[in-house]
Amino acid sequence: MRCRAWLLAAAWVAPALAAPPDDPLRSPAWPYMAERYFAGQTVRFDAAVRVLMAGAAEDPLAVPVHVDADALADVREILVFADLNPITTILRYEPSELARPAIGFRFKVQQATPLRAAVRTGDGVWHLGGAWLDASGGGCTTPSQASGSGLWKDRFGEIDARLWPRADGWRRLRLQLIHPMDTGLAGGIPAFYLETLDLRDADGRTLAHLQTFEPVAENPLLSFDLGGRGVVSIRGRDTQANRFAGTVAP
Amino acid sequence: MRCLPGSSALLALLALLAVGAAPAQYDYRLAPQALGNGAYVFVGALEHFTRANGGNIVNTGYIDTPAGAIVIDSGPSRLYGEQQRALIERRSGRPVARVYITHAHPDHFFGDQAYAGVPVYALPATREAIAANGDALADNLYRLVGDAMRGTQAVAPGLPAGAGRVEVGGRALQLIALAGHTDADLAVFDERSATLYAGDLVFHRRTPSTPNADLARWLAALDRLEMIPYKTLVPGHGPVLQGPEAIRETRDYLHWLDAMLREAAARGVDLPELAELPVPARFGDFAVLRAELSRSAAHLYPALETQALRRLAPDVRE
Ligand SMILES: [Zn+2]
Repeated sequence: MRCRAWLLAAAWVAPALAAPPDDPLRSPAWPYMAERYFAGQTVRFDAAVRVLMAGAAEDPLAVPVHVDADALADVREILVFADLNPITTILRYEPSELARPAIGFRFKVQQATPLRAAVRTGDGVWHLGGAWLDASGGGCTTPSQASGSGLWKDRFGEIDARLWPRADGWRRLRLQLIHPMDTGLAGGIPAFYLETLDLRDADGRTLAHLQTFEPVAENPLLSFDLGGRGVVSIRGRDTQANRFAGTVAP
Repeated sequence: MRCLPGSSALLALLALLAVGAAPAQYDYRLAPQALGNGAYVFVGALEHFTRANGGNIVNTGYIDTPAGAIVIDSGPSRLYGEQQRALIERRSGRPVARVYITHAHPDHFFGDQAYAGVPVYALPATREAIAANGDALADNLYRLVGDAMRGTQAVAPGLPAGAGRVEVGGRALQLIALAGHTDADLAVFDERSATLYAGDLVFHRRTPSTPNADLARWLAALDRLEMIPYKTLVPGHGPVLQGPEAIRETRDYLHWLDAMLREAAARGVDLPELAELPVPARFGDFAVLRAELSRSAAHLYPALETQALRRLAPDVRE
């Protein structure tokens, strides 16, 4: 016991940068993820970062996830990644002070993996939440059929959206962009995906900036909680410099 | 488990003896429950698929006739079907006369392999679905159940079931062709025992599952079933009962599920947030409630939430 107390004390005084903390999800890839995303930075596993996701993927091509970091103050960035996906980075979200630090999205999963949300606060500390996702199917049937709708052939670039008032004063924006979101991993099809999305209010103030990557599901369906005033304007760009735009009225 | 003195030595001896022996086959320990007038049911566990239950989470049954038994659903694996068939033939003293498969979910038809030489019937859309998806369903079930599934392959029922009255060995059955739980759901009513084998159109004390469901058609199917003059009802999952309670319970749950999902979509709720919404206390003791609700959200919500969005006029296409 004495020995253990000593070790704890040592950990307490040691600079937090020295080594990444032990992974509560016990992922084999955690040391690599820590090195890749957080080298030289402070990382803390923190229950204040809530990741809402079913334990098993019904549709591996569109796993719904909602990240909520509202319990943390001064959130600057939310980075979402999956340790064991062939492409690990899913998105980087930068809510302004005119957005609640929460985001909903769907992603493509290749195999069972931890899904993590890393939330950077103004003091530079990364707060990590996450859960394991089982991608081997479940229950009374096979996973749902691939979306593979090919909807984008006719409707490429169209945006469906809606803005709702929330009881807490924020406004919920949900939007769907028709886009194939090709990963480049399927034979002969080059990577082709939405890269950035910017949200502004009627006064032109930036509400949020989002970077999306290959694993985001086809026809990205995104949920945001925004402040600001009046209409929300949406501006997006993909890897082939196509531009997407639309305005949502309250 | 309490360890008695010497038990470790005994275990070591047993382990030695087991070396080289063939692995024991999974034993489903099937025990038919008599419903009266020659109608029987095998009641499965109120659980999800596990290695321990071998996939036996389902109710199957049979009706005895002088021409052999009529089997309703063949269970989750080849082994289940073999054990089911052996037990029925031993008890009835005759070969099984025919098999009806209620629908194309893997816990209901994977025992078909054990019924070589016996006419196996299902609705046309059920036969097509098993032919198209059977292998994928088998792979999935192997992952969840393991050993008990060994040697199991999908066999599509060889004969189409038609709706209406049939006689087998002097016993009249009504075949009721419905849909809603899947694209084709067959219910079987045995007139003499007044037993309704409802398949997965009816669940009891177990949360309904919805991977291929159309809730409006399912609710209409329940209205049809309610008009049948049954005394005993065998749900697809859950205990057998007398009277209308299970149909009402299934209808109540499906109505609530449909309304809850529509209302949430109209408020802009994101799919994973559904898991945080309250569930009425009257469903609180349903088996596997949270897990099935989460799966139902994944099956049914995407269509509703995209319907709630509005197409934006493309204002500035730069
Ligand atoms: Zn079923």
